Amino acid sequence: MANERPKADVVIVGLGWAGSVMAEELTRAGLNVVAIERGAWRDTSTDFPPAVDPDELRWHTRRELLQPMSVETTTFRNKTGQTAAPVRNWNAFQFGWNVGGAGTHWAGMSWRFLPWDFEVATQTAERYGQERLDSLMAEGLQLQDWGVTYEEMAPYYDRFERIAGTSGKAGNLNGERIKGGNVFEGPRERDYPTPELKDTNWMRMYRETTEGMGYNPFTIPAGNISQSYVNPLGVTMGPCTYCGFCDFHGCGNFSKSSPQACILPALMRRPNFTVLTETEVLHAVKHEDGKTVKGVQFVTRDGEEGFQPADVVCITAYQMDNVRLMLLSGIGEQYDPTTMRGTIGRNYNYQTCSSVTGFFSGAKMNPFIGGGALGVQIDDYNGDNFDHADLDFIGGAGIMGYSTNGRPIANMNGIRPGNKRWGSEWKEAYARDYQEVANIFCQGTSMPTRDAYLSLDPTYKDRHGQPLLRLTFDWNRNDKSMIDYATEKAIEIMKEAGGEDLMVDNQAEAAWNPYKQHSSHTIGGLVMGSDPSTSALNPYLQSWDCHNMFSVGASAFPNNGGYNPTLTVGALAVRAARAIHETYINNPGPLVEA
Amino acid sequence: MASIKKIGAGVLGVAVIAAAGAGVWAYQTLNTSRSAVADDTLTLAEFTSEDQDAIARGEYVMRAGDCVACHTRGAGAFAGGYEIATPFGTLVSSNITPDVETGIGAMTERDFFNAVRHGQGSEGMLYPAMPYTAYAKLTDQDMHDLWDYMSTVEPVSNPIDENGGMRFPYNQRLAMAGWNMLFFDNAGFDGDPEAERGRYLVDGAGHCSACHSPRNELGAEMASAYLEGGVVDGWYAPDLTQNPHVGLGGSTAEEIADYLRTGSDGTSVAAGPMAEAVEHSLQYLTQEDALAVGSYLTSLDASDVAPVAPLSLETAEMQRAADDYEVNCSACHGLAGEGITGMVPAFAGNTAMLSNPTGMIHAMLKGARAPHTGVLQTAAGMPSFAWKMSDAQVAEILTYVRNNWGNGAAAVDPAAVAQMREDLGAREKIGTPTN
Repeated sequence: MANERPKADVVIVGLGWAGSVMAEELTRAGLNVVAIERGAWRDTSTDFPPAVDPDELRWHTRRELLQPMSVETTTFRNKTGQTAAPVRNWNAFQFGWNVGGAGTHWAGMSWRFLPWDFEVATQTAERYGQERLDSLMAEGLQLQDWGVTYEEMAPYYDRFERIAGTSGKAGNLNGERIKGGNVFEGPRERDYPTPELKDTNWMRMYRETTEGMGYNPFTIPAGNISQSYVNPLGVTMGPCTYCGFCDFHGCGNFSKSSPQACILPALMRRPNFTVLTETEVLHAVKHEDGKTVKGVQFVTRDGEEGFQPADVVCITAYQMDNVRLMLLSGIGEQYDPTTMRGTIGRNYNYQTCSSVTGFFSGAKMNPFIGGGALGVQIDDYNGDNFDHADLDFIGGAGIMGYSTNGRPIANMNGIRPGNKRWGSEWKEAYARDYQEVANIFCQGTSMPTRDAYLSLDPTYKDRHGQPLLRLTFDWNRNDKSMIDYATEKAIEIMKEAGGEDLMVDNQAEAAWNPYKQHSSHTIGGLVMGSDPSTSALNPYLQSWDCHNMFSVGASAFPNNGGYNPTLTVGALAVRAARAIHETYINNPGPLVEA
Repeated sequence: MASIKKIGAGVLGVAVIAAAGAGVWAYQTLNTSRSAVADDTLTLAEFTSEDQDAIARGEYVMRAGDCVACHTRGAGAFAGGYEIATPFGTLVSSNITPDVETGIGAMTERDFFNAVRHGQGSEGMLYPAMPYTAYAKLTDQDMHDLWDYMSTVEPVSNPIDENGGMRFPYNQRLAMAGWNMLFFDNAGFDGDPEAERGRYLVDGAGHCSACHSPRNELGAEMASAYLEGGVVDGWYAPDLTQNPHVGLGGSTAEEIADYLRTGSDGTSVAAGPMAEAVEHSLQYLTQEDALAVGSYLTSLDASDVAPVAPLSLETAEMQRAADDYEVNCSACHGLAGEGITGMVPAFAGNTAMLSNPTGMIHAMLKGARAPHTGVLQTAAGMPSFAWKMSDAQVAEILTYVRNNWGNGAAAVDPAAVAQMREDLGAREKIGTPTN
C-alpha cells in the first residue's frame, strides 16, 4: 500500500482523554503506540497561558478550540420518517479539535456514576419488580446493563482520579457514609487525591438551604484542582485560581485536569510513543477474512492519504465519531429500529436537564469567582437514590447550585424577566443582576429508547466524500417525567433560598434540538454489554465483531447517569488498556466468549 | 551584540596573539604527551568495544560532560549541527559519530584524547566553545571509557562546516593556539579525583564554569571570579558561591543535588541553557555524585557582592506593577511569590534572580521552559509577554518581584528590556486602541 507507515503494536484514533489514558497505559507496558489526532498540537504555555485563556470572545463565543462544522458535522432529526438536516452552527456538540481533545476544553466535573447507573435493568427489576421493567420496555425504553458493575469499575475510577488530581471529599469510604461528602456515591477505597474546592457565596447559601431542607449537600468533585499536586506519572498540577474560564477554554495554570496538564508531559517523552497531528483517520481497514483489522487509512492536512498498520486499533475519538468510524469501517451491523437488529448506532441517548434561575436583591454573588466544576450538589433525587415505587419514571437528576463562571459575554442575558435586552435599561439591569443572579441546574439521567439511534446519513457527506453521521433523537416520556419532578424540587430549593423572579428552563418541554441544549453530554451508539445481540462492545470495550478493535468513549454508555461523563470515560479507558496489555496482546482473540 | 568598537579591539588583540603564537612555540600549552596512554593504531570506525562495563561508564562520562546537548540536532544523535552564537560569529557543532567521512571515524583514540582534552582536532585547533578547557581535567580512565562508549554510537553521514559562520580573523583556527597560550591550562586535574569528586565533576566533565564564570572580552573565563555568575547566550548563569544574597548561601548540598537531578530545589526551577543541562546531563548523575557537587559548591568562599536594600513598593509604578503581577503572574507564581513546588519558580527566597536580570528579561520576552526529568515530568512553560507588555511594564514587574517578599535588588532598566527585545527578535507589544 502506498504511503504505508511502519507497523505499530497499537494505533490510537483520537488523542483526547481516552486516547491519552490508553496510550499512557500501553506505552508504559512497553507497547509501541502511534496516536493519530485530527487536530493540532496544543500546549498550555504556548496556546492558552493565563494572559490568553480568559479571552471569552475567542474561546467561548467563537469556540476556537472546537472542531469547526466546515470539517465535519452531523445531521439530525427527531424521528424516523423525517429528513435529517445538517447542523451548520455552533450547537450542543463540542467535538475536540486538538491534541487533548474535548479534555482540553471541558469544565472539569469529575463524577463517578452511581452503582445503579451500571445496572438499571437489573436493579429496576429487583427493586420494583420485573413487571415494572417490562412495562418500561414495552413503552419503548431499551434498558440494559453495562456488563460491568460499579464494584468492578472502582479501581479504574481510582486510577483516573489519581491521574487527574480530582478534588473532592469522600462520602462513602469503604461503606462508611461521611457527612459532607456525597453519601449516595458508591464505596470508594480512599479519599480524593486533593481536598474539595472552597465555597462561593452562592454555594454557601445553597449548602445551608438544602441542608436545612433535610438534603445532603456536598461539594462537586472537580477537575479544577484545589491545590498543587503531583500525579502518579510524576506530572505536577497547579492550584486553581477560581478564574472561571474553564469550559470552552484551555487552562493556563495547569490546574484543570486535562491530557495537557496530566498525561502528555510524560507520554510525549516516551520513545515508544508517536503522535501524528492534523491527520484524520478515514476508517479502519479489514483483513481479507473480515474478522480483524490490519490498520487504519488516514489523510494528512495536506490531503495525502496513508496507511498505519497495527495489531490493535483503538477508536478513542468523540462519541459521535466513534460510532461513525465503526460504520465507515464496516465493522458490525447498523442498528435498525424497526427490526431492532444490529448494534452499531443503538442506544443513542442524551442528558435530560433543566435550570432554575433566581435573583437575590442586594446580594453580592461575585460570580467572577468561578470554576468549571465549582458548585454544591444534592444527589437525593439522582439515580435510584429515592423511592420510585409511586412515581411514573425511573432515574433522576443531580441538583446543583453552581458558580462555574462570571464570563461577561455569556451572562449578559442573565437578567431579571421583564427588563429590556438592549440599551441603557439593559446595561443598568446587567450591572445589577450580574451580582444578584444565582442558578440551579438539574443534570438528569437519560434512558435509551428503541427509536433513538445513530446511522450514516444517506445524503450529506464530509469534505472527504464520506457520509456524515445522522442523529435520530427526541426526549422520551420517562425522562420528561423525571425532569419535571426534579425541576419542581429545584424550584422549591430556589424559593427556600430566597430567590425571586424565577426563570425556569426545562429543556425537555420542547422537542430536542441541538441548538438549545445546556448539556453537551451525548452518549451511546456503540455500547458495551454482556450480550452481543444488544451491545457493540464487550465489557472490555472490545468489538464483538472484530476482536482487535477496541473503542472507548461516552459512546459506550448504554444509558446516561445524572452526571458528566468524563470520569467514567477515563476509567473505561484504563480498563480497556489493561485488558489489552495484560491479556489480549499475549493471546489475541475475543476476551469474552459471545 | 558587542559594540563595533569592542569588536575592533578584539580583532586587534587576536591578531597580535596569533602572531605571538606563531612566533613563540608555547610548548606547555600545546603539549599532548598525556595522550600517549591512548592507542594510536585503531580508528573509531575500526574499533568496537566489547567491554560492557566500560561502555556503561563511558556513557555516564558522556552524560556528565553533556556531549549530547551540543552535538545533537536534527540529523541524529551526536551528528552535530547545533549552532552556537558567539560574539565572534556562529559556530556549528561537529559530527562526532564514527562516520569516517563526516564524523570522527578516522580518529584514533589518541586523536580523540587530543581533541577532547587539548582542543586539537583533526581539522586544527578547536574553538573553546567546546569546553576542552574543562575536559582537560578528565582522567585517563574516564577518557578510555568515553572512547569505548563512542564506538557504540551509530555512524551518521552529516557534513558540517563548523566555523563557516565565524568572521575573520576568528575563522582562523590557528588563532586559537594564541588564545590557548593565554587562557588554557593544559594540565590535568590537580588533586585526587576520587577524594575530591565534587570538584572533579564541577571543573571537569560538568564544565560548570563555562557558563557560571564571567568571561573577558576574548571569551575566556575570568579565574578571579570563579563561578560568580556569567552571561551566556542571553541568559544569566547565577553565582554558585556561598554568597547569601545572590548565590547559594542558603542552600544545602541536598537541595543542590535535588536541583541537579530534577531541575528544581523546591524554590527555583531551571530554565534556558540550564534546563538543557539538567535534561540532557545532570539528571543522570547518581545521587552520590550530585551530592558531591553540592558539597563542593557549598564549600566555596562567598563572592563579595553586597546585598541591595529593597526598593520601595509604595510608588505609583510599583502599585501598577502589583496589579500587573496579580493579573498576569500570580496564577502560577502565587500571590505571595511562592510558585508551585517543583514546577514554577518562587520569587520569595529565590536568590538566583536578585543579581543580573538578563535571564528574567529573556523569559518575559521569549518565554522559557523547565526541563523534563525522570522525577519532575511536567516541563512547564513560561509564556512570552512580549506581545502584551511594553519595555517599561516588563521592567516594572521584574523590579517588583525582585523587591518584594523579602527580596532586594537593583531596578530593571527598560532600556535593557528594549535591547533584549531587539537582540532576541521578540515581537513588539500589540497596539491598543485609545480614545
